[in-house]
Amino acid sequence: MDRLTQIWVYIEETPLLWLALTLCVFWLAQQLYRRLGSFALLNPVLVSVIVLVIVLKATGTPYADYFDGAQFIHFLLGPATVALAVPLAAQAAELRRYWLPITIALTAGSLTAVASAMCIGWALGLDSQTLLSMLPKSVTTPIAMGVAEQIGGLPSLTAVLVILTGITGAVIGIPLLRLLGLHDPVAKGFAMGVAAHGIGTARAFEHSERAGAYSGLGMGLNGALTALLVPLLVWLFGL
Amino acid sequence: MIGSLATLLLFQLAGEIIVRLTGAPLPGPVLGMILLFLALVLRGRTPSVFADTSRGLLNYLALLFVPAGVGIISYLGRVADEWLAITVTLVASTALAVVVTAFTLRALTSRGRN
Repeated sequence: MDRLTQIWVYIEETPLLWLALTLCVFWLAQQLYRRLGSFALLNPVLVSVIVLVIVLKATGTPYADYFDGAQFIHFLLGPATVALAVPLAAQAAELRRYWLPITIALTAGSLTAVASAMCIGWALGLDSQTLLSMLPKSVTTPIAMGVAEQIGGLPSLTAVLVILTGITGAVIGIPLLRLLGLHDPVAKGFAMGVAAHGIGTARAFEHSERAGAYSGLGMGLNGALTALLVPLLVWLFGL
Repeated sequence: MIGSLATLLLFQLAGEIIVRLTGAPLPGPVLGMILLFLALVLRGRTPSVFADTSRGLLNYLALLFVPAGVGIISYLGRVADEWLAITVTLVASTALAVVVTAFTLRALTSRGRN
């Protein structure tokens, strides 16, 4: 075996390659996004996922091999979710004041997210397993996967649909609200969290810390509500 | 900074353990977030080192979703078959959810704030 082959065998076996590549691709995607004036469709998560899928396809690498390296990044989602409590605690006084409007807006938004996906997807003739996998799309990945499993969807497809929903919300959410004349950072942030979970929250933090804090709140609350709501709706409509 | 990271992990661990003990329909990290929120509110103020570490982590929140997103590679066939219906449903439903949530909250809070 010549040396180059030996080196390649080594690289293929360590998690280092895919970990380093994920960081590099994301860093470049972020530079691109900033250089081009934060153009919404160039969302760094979206660009990174597309580039990495092309690289994996081109090199014939199975997702499991990629994830062996990338899992170290994935793991940090847990502590990052816990860390959302910090910006949230900074808004504690305002939360106490607005608990009722927040509860009502949460319920309206959560119902809209699930019911509209159910109606539109059904009307467009989505395969029933795809549709079930899509219902918990607005909440953070671990909750959504648990719900999908409970109602007979495909949890790993759900994980992907959740990410796509987050990217969609991050791309269209703030421009859409601006177009409709809504400029309140609290309403904007909360809506991003309810509709587009952590990716929406990451986008809301770019807008302002206040919007990000409310987005984290919306994400946490909607996670809990959706876990109760989706199985109930599925049972009611006999899906 | 190590102390702050350890605190975050301990709250996550507490969340995971409680979820497993009670069978609550919540992921451990989300319960960990709720517990940490209560702890910070009861304590009254967040130590600045802890706030800095948490914000540092949250600055890279978007990156943390990339590995799961690449999972789409396992479903390229299904997505290719149904891409139009999936795209229309995701975009329309997400737009509706954002608009309904934001306008409901603004309608209910604007009087108090202006």
